Amino acid sequence: MSRDDFILKAEAIYKSYRMGATEVKVLKGIDFSVDKGEFVAIVGASGSGKSTLLHILGALDKPDKGVVAFAGRDLSRYSGGELSRFRNKMVGFVFQFYHLLDELSVLENVYLPTMVSKGVFGWFECRGRARRRARELLEQLGLAERANHKPYQLSGGERQRVAIGRALMNEPNILLADEPTGNLDSATGNGILEVFERLNRAGQTIVMVSHDERVAQRAGRIVILADGKIRRA
Amino acid sequence: MYKIILPFRYLFKRRISYLAFLAVALCVFIVVIVMTVVTGLVTDFKQKNHEFVGDCVIGTESLVGFAYYEDFIKTLEQEDFVEGISAVIKSFALVSPRGTEDNIGVEIMGIDPVRHSQATGFGRTLYYHKNNLSKVFKPAYDPNLPGCVIGIDLRLARDAKGRYAYETIPARIALAVSCIPLTTKGAPAKAGTGLVNTATFYYSDISRSGLARVDSSMIYLPFDQAQMLCGMDGPVKRTNTIHVKFKPNVKLEEGCEKIGLLWQKFVEEKSGDKRAGLLEKVSVQSWKGYRRAFIAPMEKEQTMLTVMFALVGITTVFIVFVVFYMIISHKSKDIGILKSIGVSKGNIIELFSRFAFLVGLLGSVVGLFAGWLFLLKINQIEDWLFARFGFQLWDRTIYAIGDIPNRIDLKVLGVIIVSAIAACLLGAFVPSWQAAKQEPVKTLQVSQL
Repeated sequence: MSRDDFILKAEAIYKSYRMGATEVKVLKGIDFSVDKGEFVAIVGASGSGKSTLLHILGALDKPDKGVVAFAGRDLSRYSGGELSRFRNKMVGFVFQFYHLLDELSVLENVYLPTMVSKGVFGWFECRGRARRRARELLEQLGLAERANHKPYQLSGGERQRVAIGRALMNEPNILLADEPTGNLDSATGNGILEVFERLNRAGQTIVMVSHDERVAQRAGRIVILADGKIRRA
Repeated sequence: MYKIILPFRYLFKRRISYLAFLAVALCVFIVVIVMTVVTGLVTDFKQKNHEFVGDCVIGTESLVGFAYYEDFIKTLEQEDFVEGISAVIKSFALVSPRGTEDNIGVEIMGIDPVRHSQATGFGRTLYYHKNNLSKVFKPAYDPNLPGCVIGIDLRLARDAKGRYAYETIPARIALAVSCIPLTTKGAPAKAGTGLVNTATFYYSDISRSGLARVDSSMIYLPFDQAQMLCGMDGPVKRTNTIHVKFKPNVKLEEGCEKIGLLWQKFVEEKSGDKRAGLLEKVSVQSWKGYRRAFIAPMEKEQTMLTVMFALVGITTVFIVFVVFYMIISHKSKDIGILKSIGVSKGNIIELFSRFAFLVGLLGSVVGLFAGWLFLLKINQIEDWLFARFGFQLWDRTIYAIGDIPNRIDLKVLGVIIVSAIAACLLGAFVPSWQAAKQEPVKTLQVSQL
């Protein structure tokens, strides 16, 4: 397999946290890669380090040691601006707790990443297009009627779908989802997984973290993380 | 665009933002009122002192005075930057109304009312002869009698609102004025004889300078007669001070410097004369220097108040800082979210700085408007408080203060607004910078706890 076939590759990743005087080693030399168009699930028990790995892959956190490369380029060599552009355009993040901005409407939350990538004048130029795309995404996610609502007026499942819409707004190369169903009932969670499957069938690369193996079964590949190491892929 | 939308949403959708906004508005409101009133009082006091003495004073504190003043006045009259010149006799006297055994110690000023009004604001302080200065010392009831002008508080009482009950015409009051004449060496000129010179003057007008001490202890007499009373009318006549007013385009410091040089030259020219020694004690001062003893305490009070309000300001800055710290700490989740979708550290700080600027600007505008409204009605409010509760900021029967000053100084306003906005920006910068420099995951995880 050639190097270009990898979208994201992590090599010998170490990460530890300090809890008072104790050092907790979370990741102990992880090697992991994702191919274009793959739907990978990382599973493991609570505290196994799966969320930490996902955050490092999405440049939301830095490893103590090791290299994360996107399209062959080491993320640690990115400048602050390049990292911001990477988070804005290359990856889309879906969090377990949705993390939507309560001051913005559902529609505004979805097109926020495009607003961030454009300046004031750039935004005025593309505003129409961005609104149309955000509405299309909401329609695909079954939230067209909720566009003008505020996040706190939605149910958990609806909020998670808004978060997915936001993550997809800038057409990222890879979608990273951290326990996307962890806070939802099984029926709603199932709906979210169906959305992921649909997106993956359309060519979207997805890396999903879950503690639930039944959820992970929906992915094309499962990676099991235990005690800071990959046990089975 | 999000940097414009979000600050407005944070301001109007979060109750805690109203606290920051109210803190700024309240601070601006208080500072505007206090600074306007105090600055107004000091400015008014300075202006009255300026009016009282003119621009420049050539004089000595000694009651003996100095000689050759007429020659120096002639020199000054040739200068094109000088608008008015007035020689003044200053001394102390004992005054007793004729027909009574009462007497009081007063200050006397011997002046030529026309010349003195050209050099100072004396003419504007008069009540009966404001427009007829040549007749100031001619009592209305008998113009042939020697008149005198009395400081208003020596003659009339103020009511609780600071108003005087003026008489239609001056009452016929004769005042015996007694002075101790002094020789050129400062010794009593009539030692061994009657010791004092006494002359009778008739009340012809009242003067209201607005300076409490002047209005309660000053009697103005015709220059020649005051000179005679003080024993300064010998073969070499003397005076105590010469008051000078400059033309409008002349700067105070430049004018005083020119007069200082002229005086130095004059003293050198007179150095061989018999009474030249008296000239050495004479100094040339601007009105600010001459009245320093009176103005300095007031300025000191203003400085103290400014320092106290600076401390209050620092406390307010700290309160605004704490409020912003709380708001932005509360918003650390938003910072994490924004960073996770690609907002840079600089843009995070800019976003919250815009929010702080909005709070500072709106708070200042509301505080200013409320302050302006309060100042506009401050005298009516005081009147109402006095009528309802007997409360008065200053007892007008004691203090020579009329209305409470309420003219807003634009410079002071500018400083207040800039300080308020700067406080908000400072309060927002530190926590937003701290939150923005963290990895996004840290702020997101904190909010999950």
